[in-house]
This record gives sequence, structure tokens and C-alpha cells, in this order.
Amino acid sequence: MLYREAGDFKTSYQKDSQTFPLKFDRMGYWTVMVVAFLVVPFVINDYWANAVAVPFLIYAIAALGLNILTGYAGQVSLGTGGFMAVGAYACYKLMTMFPEVSMLVHVVLAGGITALVGVLFGLPSLRIKGFYLAVATLAAQFFLVWLFNKVPWFYNYSASGQINAPERTVFGIIVTGPNTEAWAKYLFCLIFVVVLAWIARNLTRGMTGRKWMAIRDMDIAAEIIGVNPLMAKLTAFAVSSFFVGIAGALFFSIYLGAAEVGEAFGIQKSFLILFMIIIGGLGSIFGSFAGAAFMVLMPVFLKNVLVGGLGWPTDLAAHLEFIIVGGLIVVFLILEPHGLAQLWRLTKEKLRLWPFPH
Amino acid sequence: MNMKKIAAASVAALMVGTPVLADLVFPSLSYRTGPYAAGGIPYADGYSDYFTLLNERDGGIGGAAIQVIECETGYNTEKGVECYESTKGQGALVYNPLSTGITYQLIPKATADNIPLYTPGYGRTSAANGKVFSHVFNFPANYWNAASLAVNHLLAENGGDLNGKSVALVYHNSAYGKEPIRTLEGLAEKHGFKLTAIPVDHPGQEQKSQWLQIRREKPDYVLMWGWGVMNQVAIQEAANIRFPMENFVGVWWSGGDHDVAPAGESATGYKAVTFHAVGSDFPVFDDIQKHVVETGKAAGAGDNIGKAIYNRGVYAAMLMAEAVSKAQEIHGTPDITAAMMRDGMEALEITDARMAELGMGGFGPAFSVSCENHGGPGTGAIQQWDGAAGTWSLISEFGGSDMDVIQPLIDADSAAYAAENNIEAGCN
Repeated sequence: MLYREAGDFKTSYQKDSQTFPLKFDRMGYWTVMVVAFLVVPFVINDYWANAVAVPFLIYAIAALGLNILTGYAGQVSLGTGGFMAVGAYACYKLMTMFPEVSMLVHVVLAGGITALVGVLFGLPSLRIKGFYLAVATLAAQFFLVWLFNKVPWFYNYSASGQINAPERTVFGIIVTGPNTEAWAKYLFCLIFVVVLAWIARNLTRGMTGRKWMAIRDMDIAAEIIGVNPLMAKLTAFAVSSFFVGIAGALFFSIYLGAAEVGEAFGIQKSFLILFMIIIGGLGSIFGSFAGAAFMVLMPVFLKNVLVGGLGWPTDLAAHLEFIIVGGLIVVFLILEPHGLAQLWRLTKEKLRLWPFPH
Repeated sequence: MNMKKIAAASVAALMVGTPVLADLVFPSLSYRTGPYAAGGIPYADGYSDYFTLLNERDGGIGGAAIQVIECETGYNTEKGVECYESTKGQGALVYNPLSTGITYQLIPKATADNIPLYTPGYGRTSAANGKVFSHVFNFPANYWNAASLAVNHLLAENGGDLNGKSVALVYHNSAYGKEPIRTLEGLAEKHGFKLTAIPVDHPGQEQKSQWLQIRREKPDYVLMWGWGVMNQVAIQEAANIRFPMENFVGVWWSGGDHDVAPAGESATGYKAVTFHAVGSDFPVFDDIQKHVVETGKAAGAGDNIGKAIYNRGVYAAMLMAEAVSKAQEIHGTPDITAAMMRDGMEALEITDARMAELGMGGFGPAFSVSCENHGGPGTGAIQQWDGAAGTWSLISEFGGSDMDVIQPLIDADSAAYAAENNIEAGCN
């Protein structure tokens, strides 16, 4: 009834190609924005920020980044954890070298440095594809983790190889370190998420995104119609690594506060983010968010229900979590192989036709 | 999106609905799952069983009942953050996460929240300097003491001279495993032995190449900084290449019964450093058997009593209970807060007479904590495994470590932390 095009007239091309063509969607989007920016910061506490909101937002950025590379440009990558580590260590070095500079600058620069590293490791993609490229990026993952373990300069020669985020500010507001307020952490991450998601959305529906998708769908055909594969693949690696680098920088400085490369940015992180985009939906902005939400919030939710609510032993609950989350992944993928985003898309299609679906 | 809303609503309902039941809350950030569970389970059992014993036998501490809240971390720092945030609002007195990685994360957080951290024999070694680390305690001994104690044992075996010997360090490639390297380098320089550091990546199930390297280089001694499944694999691999077990010394976290048992009799002779006594020959364990296990209130299956890591959990809980008594005495109230707990820990004094009274006479050293020294005496002994009998036995007296090497390192590392975080060192 409410969810339909009828009566929503477009009078310009701009309006016709907007992200949310339906009025209901637009209202939903602005409601989410208002709640996220104007309501949540006033009610959020330490638990909600550190255990739920901040990890969700950061993983959403990482999933967006990998989705650009894998979902839009079709280049499989298993090096996400390694690229997050580049972002984290770049951020750490910048934070300790230039303490007076704003964290906003550090995080963006960390993303830039990761973009350069990503382009370097993206070079093999010009010659190899598919599984072979996955192996090349896997090598990047192991090489980067080894590098940050091996060279003490990266962790400022600390005895344990740990990096610790010192207290840094944005416009005088503390955003890293132990004295950070919950709302500051949350808002800092939220601003990055909104800006980056906006960039991702507009890149992917513009010329750059169409080139990526052309390469993904058939690279020879793309070349024939005039897409330069070198530029398309390398820009995909650069933009993707920029996103992933920012996620890594935030993951270390805002969320964890202290990290060691093997534990925080190991191969399991690459897999986790790959699972996020597969479950969420390849080649979908909404899918990146849905996948991140599923993989981050589900375990926390289950833990709270099983241990906090039902009072089960913690080890039993932890094992059950694996079973339930694993089972749900299988069920979701059987029901909809294209991920939660496709499920959402179908729901919207059905709603448009309601009450006469076919 | 719908899923998320349901989740959010239920979590919110659960968080509001969890009341604070008892007066003294001890969160136990345990791990009973994953590759490190072999060590995490007995420790968590020991930690929780001792508090249950106090509740059952003495009615708590100073009349206040104790509540232990378990939270599963899986030795994972992200889950550690979640556990810390979810338990700190429930009146947590002290955190004992049994993970060096999580400790590194919690040091600034807990200090800002005014909650003490207790990291016996693990964590950040330089936290022994209480002038910088006001809320972190790692008495009675730390990693650098362990490194020195192991080298002292090698010195004793060689008549005080290690010149020209070679020592390999097999370590978990994480903050935990890297901690002793600096001290061992200092000691290698002082005593003239050659140190080779061989990293093993998480989780440590694959060590063929490391032990091949050891077989090729034939070091005189192997030291190990391992945890979880890595220990069992290393000891099995050492047995496979027929490395003489009496030349293989582990840190205390590589000295659990479950670490050596899988290798069977071939593990006989393996040594480990320890900062407390071994075995179940102490009255406190009879009390735990009687009041906790037999009444069905044990945290685990009750079959770990007297095992090395379980004993360490009991020992840690005992020291914390004593710190609570001290805090109650200082502040004159049974309902202490985390800030009072910190005062109690800093004023803690353990005497041999008190240990005997608690049924743990001679189990650990007598010591007192001060603001300058949060690290305790740093004493320890060497335990050796007997595969046939399935028991550890102490083969040396409890001795001190080489503080001439360790103290400058503690001062340097804590000064670096203070400079990085703008902390003004000092006691108040």
C-alpha cells in the first residue's frame, strides 16, 4: 500500500536515478540517519559502543571495501586481514610520530597508505584470475603479518610486539585511549561509515563502477568496448584497500586500543570478512552492512541469550554459538544463494506488488 | 534488518534484567573452548572453586558473599573486550583474564575505570613497577623472573658457567611469547651463551619445521614459552627427534599435566619453571574436595585438583581473597568497591604463618606488596615430570632471579609506557 511508485512522480533525470527511488525508502533512510546521529549518541553506553556498535560499523567498512574488489570488480581477495594490518600499523606509526595531528587525518592517511600497498599487491591480478589470484592475495596476507612481526620499527621496538593506541583527539574531543566517551567512539566511526558508504554507492553506480562490473562479467568483452583492464583492476584494488585500511586503523585505534598482528589481523579475519560479503550479498552496499551485522551481532546476541538469559555454562554456550551461527549461514545460503541483500530485494519486490504478489 | 531489531531488543531486555546478586563480584574471563582450553579450563576451575569453598565453608570473605561471573573469551581479544564491558557494570572487583593479549588491552581501560588487574605470572612484565602501572599487579613472579630462573637452573647444572653453550627459545609468536626475549638476550650477553629464538605461530599445531631446525642446529638446551595445544605438540615433537628431555625447560604456562601426559613416558624428565608448589598434598585441597566437589558445586568435573594449572588458579584466588580481607580491614567495611580492592592489593602482605593457617603452608613465597613493587619477590623453582607416576616433583629450592638484569629492563619498559601515555610516575 505505502511501498509503491504510484504517485511518486519524477520530473528530472537526476531524480529518476537517485539511490532510493521510492518515497518510503527515502523516509526510511533519513529516519535511520536521524536516529543514528541524533538519538543513539545520547543513549549509548560503554557496553553497546564497544561490544555492538563500534565493531559493527568497522566491519561494515571492511566489508564495503572487500565488496568493491570482490563483489563489483570480481577479483577474489584473501588478503583483507593483511591490508587491515597495514592500516592499523600505518595509523599507529602516524599517531606516535605526529601526536598533535587530528585523528581524522591519521585515519585517512592510513587508508591512503593501505591503498598504495593494495595497488602493489594488485599488480598480479593483471595476469592471473580467480583461484590463482586468491592464492596470490593469500601470500600478501601471510607476508604482511610476517613483516609486522619481524620488523621492530613497525611496533616502535616494544618488548612484546604489541601496539598500543595513545590518547588522540579530533577537534579537542578524545577519540582514542581509555578515557574516550562511548558516544565519541561511536560517532567517529559512524561518520566514516556514512561518508565511505556514500562514496562507495556513488562510485559503483558511476563510470568507475560500470568499468569494474564489466571486468567482472567478462574481461575480454570489457576490453573490446574500451575498458582499460589495468586501470579498472588497479583502481578497484586501490579503492578497496583504502576502505579496508581505514577499517584496520579504526579497528586498532578506536575499538581494540591494543593489538598484535597475528591475533587481530590473521587469516581468520580475511575469512570472516569474506563470509560477511558472501552472506550479505556480493556486489551490494546493503549486503555489506547486512553481512557485517549478521557476523558481528549474532554471536553477541546468542551469548547474551544463552548465558545471560538461560544461565547455561559458558563453554556449552560457546560451542552452541558455532553450531547455530554455522547452521544459519547454511540455511540462509540454501534459501537465497545471493545473500541477505537478494532476500531484501525480493521482499521489496513482493511489497511493491502487495496485496497481489505472483 | 528485522533480525537486528529483534536482537537489539532482546539484548536490551537481558541487560536490564540481570540483577546484582552478591556483594563481592569476581569476573572470570575464562576460555573453555578453542586451542587454549587445555590450560584455560583447569585455571578457571581452580579460580572459581576456591571462591566457592570460601562461600561454603566461611560464608564468604568477612561476611560478604562472593559471586564469580564467568565469561568465555576463547583467548580472543575481541571477545575479551565484550566480556570486560559486560561484566564491569556488575561491580567487578578485579580482572584476571589469563591472557597476555587481553591484559595489554585492559591495562589502560581498567586503569581509567579504576578497577585493578591481577596478572600473576603473565601479562605485561613491567607492570611490576607500580609507580607507572597503578592498577596492575603481577605478584608473585613474572615472565622475566621465569627467564632468569630457567637460566639460573642451567647455570647450576653447568657449575655456574654457560660460556659457549647454545640455547634455543621456542616461543608462541605473540606478545606472550615475545616477552622473555629481551631478558634472555641480556642474560645471554652476561653469561656468554648463544640464544636462538624460534617462533611458532598461533595455534601451534604445526611445528615440524621448528623442530627440524632444532635437530639440525643441536642446541644444548631448549626453553619454551608455549600455551595451549602448542605445548603438547612441542613436547611430542621433542620426543620424536629424541631431544634429551632433561635439557628441555618450559615456562610455568608450559608446565601443566595435560601438556606432558599425551607424550606418555617419553616426556619423563621434562622440566618447567614454577612459582608455587606442586601436588595436592595441602589441607586446602581436602577442603575443596569436601566442601565443593562432593557437594556438586565444582566449576568443572572436579578431576583437576592438584594439577599444576588448577593449583595456580586456586593460588591466584587465595591471594585475591587475602587482598579483599586487607581492603576490608583498611576501609572498615565488608562491601568493598574496586577502588578499595586496589588499596587492599597494594597493601597485601602474605606471611608463612598465614599461608599455613589457610591450609597452604609452603605453597608459595611469603611477600608483601608496595606501591613501588607490584611484582612480588620473583622467586621460583624447577619442577620435573615423571611420566610413569604421572606427577610433577620439585627438583630445586625456591630461589630468586637475577634482578640486576631484570630491574633495568622493567624501569626502561615502564618509562617508555609512561612517556607514551603521559603518565606521571609516582606513589601517592
